[in-house]
Amino acid sequence: MTQTDPRALKLLSPSLAFILAMVVIPMAFILVYSFYENIDLAVDRAAFQFGNWQELASDGYYHAAIWKTLRLSLIVTALAAVLGYIPAYVIAMTQTRHKWLLLLLLIMPFWISFIIRTLSWIHIFGSQGAVNSLLMALGLTDAPVAMMYNEFTVIVGFIHVFLPYMILNVYVSLDGIDRNLEPAARTLGATPWQAFVQVTLPLSLPGLAAGGLLVFVLTGGSYVTPLILGGPRDFLFANLIYDAIVTELNWPMGATLSFTLLALLGSVVIIYSRLMGLKQLSRALS
Amino acid sequence: MKKIDSTKRYEKLREAVGNGDVDRRTFFGLMGSAAITAGVAGGAMTSMARMAHAAGTELHFEGWGGVVSEALRKYAFAPYEAATGNTVVDATFGGENEVLTKIKAAGGTAGHNILHSSGVNWYKRWVDAGYGVALNEANIPNLSNVMTAMLDPFRKITPNSLSAVPYDYGTTGIAYNTKYITEAEAKELGANLLLRKDLKGKIGGWGGDWANRAWYGALQSGQDPNAISDWDAVWDKAREHRDLVLKYWSSGAELMDLLAKEEIYVTEAWSGRVAALQAQGHPIAYIDPPNGLAWMESMFVLKGSPMAEAEELLNFMLDPQTALAVASGQKYPSSLDPTKVDMPADVQALPAFDPTGKLDSLVFRDPEFWNAQEKAQSKQWNRVAKGA
Repeated sequence: MTQTDPRALKLLSPSLAFILAMVVIPMAFILVYSFYENIDLAVDRAAFQFGNWQELASDGYYHAAIWKTLRLSLIVTALAAVLGYIPAYVIAMTQTRHKWLLLLLLIMPFWISFIIRTLSWIHIFGSQGAVNSLLMALGLTDAPVAMMYNEFTVIVGFIHVFLPYMILNVYVSLDGIDRNLEPAARTLGATPWQAFVQVTLPLSLPGLAAGGLLVFVLTGGSYVTPLILGGPRDFLFANLIYDAIVTELNWPMGATLSFTLLALLGSVVIIYSRLMGLKQLSRALS
Repeated sequence: MKKIDSTKRYEKLREAVGNGDVDRRTFFGLMGSAAITAGVAGGAMTSMARMAHAAGTELHFEGWGGVVSEALRKYAFAPYEAATGNTVVDATFGGENEVLTKIKAAGGTAGHNILHSSGVNWYKRWVDAGYGVALNEANIPNLSNVMTAMLDPFRKITPNSLSAVPYDYGTTGIAYNTKYITEAEAKELGANLLLRKDLKGKIGGWGGDWANRAWYGALQSGQDPNAISDWDAVWDKAREHRDLVLKYWSSGAELMDLLAKEEIYVTEAWSGRVAALQAQGHPIAYIDPPNGLAWMESMFVLKGSPMAEAEELLNFMLDPQTALAVASGQKYPSSLDPTKVDMPADVQALPAFDPTGKLDSLVFRDPEFWNAQEKAQSKQWNRVAKGA
């Protein structure tokens, strides 16, 4: 049986205290608030009752939102994996001395506000946006084609914003692979494609999984992108939290929904850490 | 002092591009310059500005943004600051529920003093929640010029004192693009213009206020909006509208953007924002359907505010010279009584302007009826809006 070194606990105590104060206690408050009762707009009564949880369990509206959120998060994650792998591979394998420049280009979008990056799609897909202007200038259409405010633009907006997380994770994974492995596979008779599929791709899976986790969780917790780029039916579970807290001023229900989303996304992280561990994630983020 | 984040600044700029006030080359040039300037000079300039303003009292104002905030800043706050040495820190909100959420979360009103509050119903909500004050009307002599018709609804809620001064009024009617919809069609259909099936995908709607949607649902289902008896019929009409809508807009800037870029051809809209689009030459017309929604806005002072300075600002804002300049700028008629104060021609030409000063032709929300419905019906609207 191993014994924990007390010095390790002492060294960790500031971090643990910070996590306790900033994460655990606020989360506990949210959980407690979910048992309160909303009397009227912005008027809550301290109570211990399960009305909000019962509503969540019995109302199909919330279940549909959970399903919609998981479905959209999966679509975005899958597309980001496919679209992100290629640039990550190019950056990792390039022989240029200016690899730092490619990495800089990758993180540059983070300098611009998330909302501004999302709004920029209106200038691309809008009726008077770049795509429609081009189509009309080429004579391919007389009137603007409706491309905005649907699930497609919401997915595009998500991928635009979250793709760098996927690329960075895959890049870190690919960069750690021994460069001699692919040539070794080739000398043993593998085609370039076989060498990639049977050697490089499996070795880069931890990065792909870490990127997938980040994109999935970030998408699942979003509400601004569907608000800006979506139509009336394009919403995620987090939009219901916004409705409950800000527009209906019903904090107990908002707390119930918040805790549910936390539990859902938290369980995804737990499953991932059981299967893959969190080392890859910390390497990519550090 | 104008408190504005980079996103709001971008939205304003985007609105200007959409309205044709700025060409694309200038727009992208300004975006680049803004990024560099913010990075290089932001921190230092903010500190210096804080030092410079440290001498007077700070009043925190929150309003609706866009042309409304621009008019208030230019014609009211900037001259007030110059005259008194006090500072007005003006920010924008998406709605008063947003402010109430912030105040509730913070556990107090610190950083919130005066709101450009919408409707008598919100006046009642703020007062009922215990955030009201008792204004000393002796410090606001210009209040005597305000229409009695606008003061009475507020005095009915707080008979002994006021917590706000009425400031402007307007209507939420229907804006339509005259290239695609004729005046005769609009007048014939009224509120049902928003349900024209051949315009599917070119119809907009305000998503930020359940009561607005319900008001139009009542008109479309043939009910008196201040005495709705069949809520199912109201939401059925809202569903019919939802299935035709391209997007529910959530701010005045977004409304103007969607109309100016012809993403939508028809929507309910705020009269002043449409007047601003018309002034910029867009082919947008505006009608108030029978029993269309009218509203009055007030400058609400929150509990904990520096009262003497707040009253001084309200009196300054109600000064005819200031109030009429703001009205002209924000495109909403002033609360000043036209029978007591001479109105310039451009203010008289504003949508919803009532020369009698009695507002008899406008229909306002009855706060007793609407506030009682809000808990259940705002929830219902959020569901209907999302496809339920």
